[in-house]
Amino acid sequence: MISYLLRRLGMMAVTLMVTSILIFALTQLLPGDVAKLVLGRDASPAAVENFNSQYGLDRPPIEQYLRWIGGFLTADWGVSYTAGAPPVRPLVIGRMVNSLILAMATLLFAVPLSLFLGIVSAVREGSWIDQGISITSLAVVGLPEFVTGIVLINAVAVGLGWFSASSMVNEGQGLLEWIRILVLPAITASLVLIGYITRMTRASTIEELKKPYVRTALLKGMTLRQVLMKHVLRNALLPSITIIAISFGWLMGGLVVIENVFNYPGMGSLLVTAVGFKNLPVLQSISMIIVFYFSLANLIADLLYAWLNPRIRLG
Amino acid sequence: MNEQHVSPAVPPVLQAHNISVEYRIGRNWRNVIKNVDLVIEAKSIHGLVGESGSGKSTLGLAILQALPRNGRIARGELRFEGRDMRQIDESALRELRGQQITFVPQNPMDSLNPSIRISDQMIEAALLHDLMDSEAAGAHALRWLERVHIADPKAVADSYPHQLSGGMLQRVLIAMALMHRPSLVILDEPTTALDVTTQATILDLLRELIRGQGAAALYISHDLGAVAELCDDVSVMYAGELMESGAVDELFARPRHPYTRGLLACLPGKAGNRRLRNIEEVAPALQQRSLACVFADRCPHASQRCRDRKPVLESAFGTIPDGVHLVRCWHWKEIDAEDDDDVVPETEDERNVPEPPADETLFSARGLEKSFGDPARISLTGKKMHQAVRAVDNVSIGIPRGKTLGIVGESGSGKTTLARTIVALERADAGEMELEGLALSSRLNRRYQQVLRGIMMIFQNPGDALNPHHSAGQSIGRTFRKLGDPPPPRGPRGREELRRRVTEMLEAVGLSAEYYHRYPDQLSGGEKQRVAIARAFAGEPKLIIADEPTSSLDVSVQAVILNLLKDLREKQQVSYAVISHDLEVIEYLADHISVMYLGEVVESGSNQEIGSPPYHPYTQALLAAAPRVEPGRRSKPIRLEGDIPSPRNKPSGCPFHTRCPMYIGRICREERPPLRRSAEGHEIRCHHTRDDLLMWQGGDQ
Repeated sequence: MISYLLRRLGMMAVTLMVTSILIFALTQLLPGDVAKLVLGRDASPAAVENFNSQYGLDRPPIEQYLRWIGGFLTADWGVSYTAGAPPVRPLVIGRMVNSLILAMATLLFAVPLSLFLGIVSAVREGSWIDQGISITSLAVVGLPEFVTGIVLINAVAVGLGWFSASSMVNEGQGLLEWIRILVLPAITASLVLIGYITRMTRASTIEELKKPYVRTALLKGMTLRQVLMKHVLRNALLPSITIIAISFGWLMGGLVVIENVFNYPGMGSLLVTAVGFKNLPVLQSISMIIVFYFSLANLIADLLYAWLNPRIRLG
Repeated sequence: MNEQHVSPAVPPVLQAHNISVEYRIGRNWRNVIKNVDLVIEAKSIHGLVGESGSGKSTLGLAILQALPRNGRIARGELRFEGRDMRQIDESALRELRGQQITFVPQNPMDSLNPSIRISDQMIEAALLHDLMDSEAAGAHALRWLERVHIADPKAVADSYPHQLSGGMLQRVLIAMALMHRPSLVILDEPTTALDVTTQATILDLLRELIRGQGAAALYISHDLGAVAELCDDVSVMYAGELMESGAVDELFARPRHPYTRGLLACLPGKAGNRRLRNIEEVAPALQQRSLACVFADRCPHASQRCRDRKPVLESAFGTIPDGVHLVRCWHWKEIDAEDDDDVVPETEDERNVPEPPADETLFSARGLEKSFGDPARISLTGKKMHQAVRAVDNVSIGIPRGKTLGIVGESGSGKTTLARTIVALERADAGEMELEGLALSSRLNRRYQQVLRGIMMIFQNPGDALNPHHSAGQSIGRTFRKLGDPPPPRGPRGREELRRRVTEMLEAVGLSAEYYHRYPDQLSGGEKQRVAIARAFAGEPKLIIADEPTSSLDVSVQAVILNLLKDLREKQQVSYAVISHDLEVIEYLADHISVMYLGEVVESGSNQEIGSPPYHPYTQALLAAAPRVEPGRRSKPIRLEGDIPSPRNKPSGCPFHTRCPMYIGRICREERPPLRRSAEGHEIRCHHTRDDLLMWQGGDQ
């Protein structure tokens, strides 16, 4: 198991290395001249030259890449192109923490609920409960996030006044304040995930219920509930782990719309702004962070999967 | 049942009377079991025999009250130890399960939870029913693992299912079924998924333990041989109805029903060298006439009366004074009087077949080797690559023109890999192959069209080997277009010619022209295999490799296919390499037999030579293990210890030494045995001399 872990960590390092090259190459391909975008269309050639040499943009691409990646690894993430040239690292890390908090809140809400719904529909396959859950979850997945988000804002925040509609995150606010802020965006993000995880759980539970060992257990005299708890779930929930890990990656970088609707300061909205202004240091750092969390989540999922599954654990 | 024959002292364990079972299909309930009676006497083993679709497993599930959600017992009476099972409530039923009524399933590999240790699954029933505390239950489980002859109970108890072989898992399941002294054990094809030598030891075990525990059992099987060896009584089912039932010795000695007679006559072992009798297969859709005898469409004796009225179960007293023998047939008395020969006489055609020129070698292979996996490498996914598996280890074979080589061995013997290597689906690591004196490349893309056409393959499962989106005509036509000699020309004339050739081919395998447009899911198993055979013959091959060509088919259909293969061999002058785990099939088809064990040929010789001493000890065990219907034949001395070793850890020296009943010691363990050759060319690879083997085995048969 230890050697497996080490090997997986090594693979993760290689993945990150390769994606860093890809990220750098793609940012080079973004249209528009950085200096002109930052300084304005009418900037003098001297100012452009000055800007390019200040940020090292006049160097050959390989050197630029090595500088960037070297700096990234030694905690020097460069400065933003925006006014005042603030350092990138505190900015991105702050947003990253916000994204992590929202992702965790979403998973805490979505995972237990969707596993429960999936198992219920599997056990009652074909019944009205199953069909109700299937139709609802499919409908919810189909709705764009901004629709659910705005509906929730109007109904719950504006109409009932329970939660804040906008999520201004302030330093040193208490837990209660955090919860008030998180509930609506977390629910909105959950609605997308719940449909997905529920269907996955339902399918794998149904498949597992058909396996002959279920009959063996039932014919020992167990009730269906006992069979489900002791025999079926430990096998049926394995595929859901992978789905949840992929969802985590999406939650870290893909919540642009939700962050915008709720005005939540996460990484997704920062990423979009950085793309628009070709703010390369910010763009590259965020991309690396997202890739990092994505591969970390997958690594954890694989380890968990192997650990829970004796066929892999023991070979 | 006839009252006077039920012994009054001990009431039967199970009485099923007039049971009908229905499945809901869409909105309709469809009757799958019709008015079946079944009585299982205390301490007796009752065999339930039938082919796929006969409803035998459904009846087993109905007795267990474990029908799938869309199934129900529609009518009838079901009593277990006098209790009415149809009125019993859920919790009382659960109390019975796992204790009084237990179950041994068909597929041991899937019937235990893959992520729970064996010991925990074994003690579950004891804890559930509060029979003992977990410590006592654990000790009880270990004792039972010992009783099912598991050498290292502690290690097995601590394992997960995937770490054990199918035979081991079936032992575990048998232990689980018997460990709480049940009154009734229901066994659903418990040995079907196992190798023949393992099956033999499991049958021994069942006989010993079921009788030892004083339990009664229902043994559901398609295997007449296994039933004949294990059971006291037997019931034969067909299309959801009981055809015949009685004591095993009586029923197999004097079968009355044409279906039972047909089934017994289908067994290749009984035919000797002649043509097999078969029961003509009828497409399933045609069998739906509720008033007729269900077997009428396939019955050679069917009359108008059979088609108008369903026969009733009649008592037919047999040779055993007190035995009950019931048969559902209008004509059993006349059929019995005819006493027809079970073997069809050879037709004119067959006798006039010219003998092929003597022993001209068509195909030969020398020193073929094929290994999988590279021992030195560790894969990226972190799985340690396994030790190289030497699936085919220095194998040499020769097939004369127009003759059949049978290759027999259990799973893991490398026989399928050998077949795939010959047709170059696998690339041989070493060795040479020749077809008609020309060297063959071991790579598929380096083989000439002529060679590709010359060697064709028939696969085990025709359902998987035919493209479900191609009609029978398209499948066969494709071979003509790709490999036909000459291929049909393009354009409308070519299409017409292609059609004619496909139709001819269909007719050659006994299918009418209307099958041209049928898709695989509109065909029965036997028909699919006919199409696959027609496809293999379309390229006018010289050699056909048939890998388990009948093992996915029912016995009655197997007989049809075996006859067809024999006919085609003579008409088309091809050679076969037939691969099978079933010695009876091999003995029926082959002129020459090679016996494989762990990738090596341990014995080879003519059909005659393989079937009589001296044998390789493994061949002897294989022969002894195959259950056969021979009333009165019960004791068979030779049983192999343990399971076939994994080819990953192939034993040194003689690969068979770990299980050999004639193991002598160091020499078997360390030295590769010599090939001992008789003057006639019969070869045995063994440290014992031919004379020694003959001395040991001479009195055996």
